Amino acid sequence: MSRGSAGAAGLARAGPVFAALGEKTRLALVARLCARGPQSIARLTTGSDVTRQAITKHLHVLAGAGLVHDVRHGRERIWELDAEGLDHARRWLDQISKRWDEALDRLKKFVEE
Amino acid sequence: MSTDRIEKSVLLRAPRSQVWRAIANAEEFGAWFGARLEGGFAPGSRVTGPITTPGYEHLILEITIERVDPERLFSYRWHPYAIEPGVDYSGEPTTLVEFRLEDAAGGTRLTVTESGFDRIPVSRRAEAFRMNDQGWAEQMKNIERHVAG
Repeated sequence: MSRGSAGAAGLARAGPVFAALGEKTRLALVARLCARGPQSIARLTTGSDVTRQAITKHLHVLAGAGLVHDVRHGRERIWELDAEGLDHARRWLDQISKRWDEALDRLKKFVEE
Repeated sequence: MSTDRIEKSVLLRAPRSQVWRAIANAEEFGAWFGARLEGGFAPGSRVTGPITTPGYEHLILEITIERVDPERLFSYRWHPYAIEPGVDYSGEPTTLVEFRLEDAAGGTRLTVTESGFDRIPVSRRAEAFRMNDQGWAEQMKNIERHVAG
């Protein structure tokens, strides 16, 4: 079987995506990249009380989870969201949740009939 | 919303002892879940059996029983969405599935939780989702027919 699209291959770098999002600075970074598009670390740090070093560290955690990646742009690195990574993670949990709904419907029929 | 756990609650119009049997008896569990399971659900035991849905019999369901507290709590661990043939999931983190039973007006309140998703590698989630695209919905229909039949 094929190992999937380029997006899936990017995700294969692996990492616990939900854990990566379970921290408020990282969640804020993702929200900011989502709302304002790709940005440099300098811009991501502007208006934040978190240091540039800390932002950098958080971005690398998010990258490890397949949620963001950076692109070299001249002397700067521009960080952008890997939307597919986010989408897969959310939809995966939705699917498992739906499977439980279906399984419990079958259990209900099984014990009530 | 927690990203680490799924929780479901359902009122079953049946006595607690009957609901307990449907969950904690391997054969009855398999009947509604869609797998041929044999042997007892004893704490620490590993129970495996083929999925019984036509077209998916090559897949094996495998669970490791954690707790058996009669008519109150039954729990096991498994690899969520371990549906790709030939993949060794044994080195990956498991999730914990818990069934809790309580008396309720008109029957039994069952609460199911599955937790530990935060530890599952994102690569697995992407793959599982792709597998799902390839016919999980159809499989669910088959399971329904099997149980109804």
